[in-house]
Amino acid sequence: MKASLVILSFFVTGLLLGLFHWFPAELLTYNISFYVLCALMFSVGISIGNDPTSFRQFRHLNPRLIFLPLMTLVGTLLGVFAVSFFLKDRSVADCMAIGSGFGYYSLSSILITQYKGIELGTIALLSNIMREVITLLLAPWMVKYFGKLSPISAGGATTMDTTFPIIIRYSGKEFAIVSIYHGFIMDFSVPFLVTFFCSL
Amino acid sequence: MLLGIAVGYLFRNRKIRFIHRIILTLIWLLLFLLGLEVGSNENVVRQFGTLGFEAFLLATAGTLGSVVFSWLLWLTVHNKTTNK
Repeated sequence: MKASLVILSFFVTGLLLGLFHWFPAELLTYNISFYVLCALMFSVGISIGNDPTSFRQFRHLNPRLIFLPLMTLVGTLLGVFAVSFFLKDRSVADCMAIGSGFGYYSLSSILITQYKGIELGTIALLSNIMREVITLLLAPWMVKYFGKLSPISAGGATTMDTTFPIIIRYSGKEFAIVSIYHGFIMDFSVPFLVTFFCSL
Repeated sequence: MLLGIAVGYLFRNRKIRFIHRIILTLIWLLLFLLGLEVGSNENVVRQFGTLGFEAFLLATAGTLGSVVFSWLLWLTVHNKTTNK
């Protein structure tokens, strides 16, 4: 939670500086963010490749639970697909791209801004932050009515970091590996799915 | 990103601990830049309320959809274990 607040405060600082034009205008004309994004994707790749233990741990899973990320994916996309008909300004693909952020707001909003512009990027940022907050707040309620897997699905890509403690608390310790596995797979799929829906 | 995975795998015997710091710093930098862009774009600032509402709808629908689907999987897993 603290890390998310720090990240959010960077966005808000930028927002305020932009609002009052307190920065050199050249900063935006050179498209710096694209190069920083490339560096980021490279670093994310290194961190995945550098940690072979995370691959090995997944062998101890209940075989049925391997399908949980798939459930999250299908459920989320159907949900945003249904809502996209009520949002006249946004195309179905736009909504799907936002939905495939799965709560990974930093990366998905940056990617969507790069491909689809600032307006959709802002929606992506807000929407995916909200998803994380919803999960953090409603996890006990979800467990009660939708079973112990539901907060893991709701958490999307964040279930190995920010929403992990909440999930352990309400679903139980035995779901720790599932939660990490789920977060890992969703994390990995975000850049691919977001760029895919942006290119449609 | 795939290039990064390959590089990370090659150096798997050497722990690259600082990579997580770099990722975090890059994310901070990018969101700061995104904030700058949003703030200096008057069109987006004017519509901030509408965008927020759309974001809320998408977040709720996405979460609800995934929760319902995980429930389906939960029911199949759960029934299997209780029948035994």
